[in-house]
Amino acid sequence: MPERSDVNFHFCMNKVNHRHSILTFKSILLAFLLTLSTSIFAQDETVEANAGDGDPVKGKSLFNANCAACHKLNKKMTGPALANVEARLAEEQGLDREWLDAWIRNSAGLIATGDAYANQIYNEYNQAAMTAFPQLSDQDISDILAYTAAPPPAPPIAATDATAAQSEGTSGISNNLILGALVLVLGLLIYALFTVTRLLKRVAEANGVEAEMPKSMPLWKAFVKNEFLMLVSAIFLLLAAGYFGYGYLMQVGVDQGYEPVQPIHYSHKIHAGDNKIECKYCHSSARVSKHSGIPSLNVCMNCHKNIAEYAGEEDLENGYTQEFYTNEIKKLYKAVGWDEENQRYTGETQPVEWVRIHNLPDFVYFNHSQHVEVAGVECQTCHGPVEEMEIMYQYSPLTMGWCINCHRETDVNLKDNEYYAKIHEELSKKYGVEKLTAAQMGGLECGKCHY
Amino acid sequence: MRKLFNILLVIGLVASVTGCFDKAKPNYQYFPNMYEPVGYEAYQKTDAFRSGGEAQLPAEGSVARGFLPYEYPDTNEGYDLARSSLINPLDSIWTEDDMATGKELYGIYCAICHGNKGDGQGTLMKREKFLGIPNYKDRDITEGSIYHVLMYGRNAMGSHANQVNEKERWQIARYVMKLREDLE
Repeated sequence: MPERSDVNFHFCMNKVNHRHSILTFKSILLAFLLTLSTSIFAQDETVEANAGDGDPVKGKSLFNANCAACHKLNKKMTGPALANVEARLAEEQGLDREWLDAWIRNSAGLIATGDAYANQIYNEYNQAAMTAFPQLSDQDISDILAYTAAPPPAPPIAATDATAAQSEGTSGISNNLILGALVLVLGLLIYALFTVTRLLKRVAEANGVEAEMPKSMPLWKAFVKNEFLMLVSAIFLLLAAGYFGYGYLMQVGVDQGYEPVQPIHYSHKIHAGDNKIECKYCHSSARVSKHSGIPSLNVCMNCHKNIAEYAGEEDLENGYTQEFYTNEIKKLYKAVGWDEENQRYTGETQPVEWVRIHNLPDFVYFNHSQHVEVAGVECQTCHGPVEEMEIMYQYSPLTMGWCINCHRETDVNLKDNEYYAKIHEELSKKYGVEKLTAAQMGGLECGKCHY
Repeated sequence: MRKLFNILLVIGLVASVTGCFDKAKPNYQYFPNMYEPVGYEAYQKTDAFRSGGEAQLPAEGSVARGFLPYEYPDTNEGYDLARSSLINPLDSIWTEDDMATGKELYGIYCAICHGNKGDGQGTLMKREKFLGIPNYKDRDITEGSIYHVLMYGRNAMGSHANQVNEKERWQIARYVMKLREDLE
């Protein structure tokens, strides 16, 4: 409240010479305080009415910190869904708050006592032991239960989304409006020009002036007759044909920009960009093997066991709605054989036929681990801004010239590399340089890549 | 009329040349049999196996070269046993490099959820993709239990056994214990 009283104070100072207004101000303040206090009481009442003696707001943060790893409110996860758990247990199992306290603080102990429902639920969820929470006080548990009974309304994300989309929409509309207006103005200008010429012609006719063009040679005939011009244009055409023909032949076999349609729309932008997941989390074999590898589906499921729905930003222009992305996650579940309802694998799998994008010819050897682990080259150096790619495409040409160029320009890290210290020193002496490039280390030798 | 025909011809020619570029299809190759491999490429489709792919699951019970079988079962008893009795085999040969590797690997595989400090405040947690990731100091863990969880996963966490090998798992386990000490 300090800010508000501050404001009031200034208000007071300004009007200090008017006794009457001070009085008014006081009464306003009184009224304000009264309304404030009643509203506070009202709030308290609603909270109590909603959730017994717990505070659902505190409960939410406690729930997210302690429970949400295994429980969702409305969906089975590692453990059961917890919405209305207290009421549900009381109705269906006749279990009271005391049982819940015992279960939360030490579920293993409760199971060991042979409690029927404790054992039933333990076996139902694949004997996943619930972590004991002895540190939760009675009040904490009340708060959590209050949250599960009546979660406070989520912040109106949808509404802001809608307004954002709307504002985008309006900006699109205004752009279209401007364009339309420009086209209209252009059309008017053309119309005006035509009317002016027609008018002038009519005026000329009326004045008896014959607006007749002198008959001359057609342009192309004049061009053919001028030998010099013919020669120059022939040379120009030949050169241009050579240039474009050469360019066309040189790009045969180069797949730069190759962007195939994948069986599952996997967005690197969402995973590596928005969520900042390390490239090597999924492409873990890039560290240790020749291939960077397409991750097997169990790696996807490390996260997507829990993330069944997409709740991030949408790109409505391209049709990437939340529903679209959620649908792609369902495709993953189908391929990996994950039964979402019962939270278990069915064993019925089918391979996802990803389309490989980066292909080197069979006569070239390339090793990821050499570049990623030894040289410490960033993935983006060759693969481009993957974290911005909604659809993955080949960023680099992957031609030999491109490889060689990088080998010539890249300095090798000589520090903290004692094993090779001697050979580094000898090579530096041989080339008379301080820093060695990959090329000077032998990175241009044919047999390094072709054998 | 002829003029119109000529214009249409030019447009048609341009369209037929540029229309061939489809970014969803690979480009032409000079000598495809120099480009395309004779042997099987990783994950390649093939009729050689019943599953239709080059990648095959290892036979049941096989152990890869350089790997050791892990004998603790994926149960709560196995977890408790690993926590109390599984010991880091790198103990006697531990170097500072191992800690650096552990830190690097932790940054790749763990920090996205568990946070750089191990306080459970990783990016996915902050973006509310994953919830309820515990602070390491709130959990009674040992190097053995960390290794066990990396191996099999636990609750919402999946197995990371195919992303990090045995040695790397131990390096991560030790680094996690170090983080846990720093948190306390």
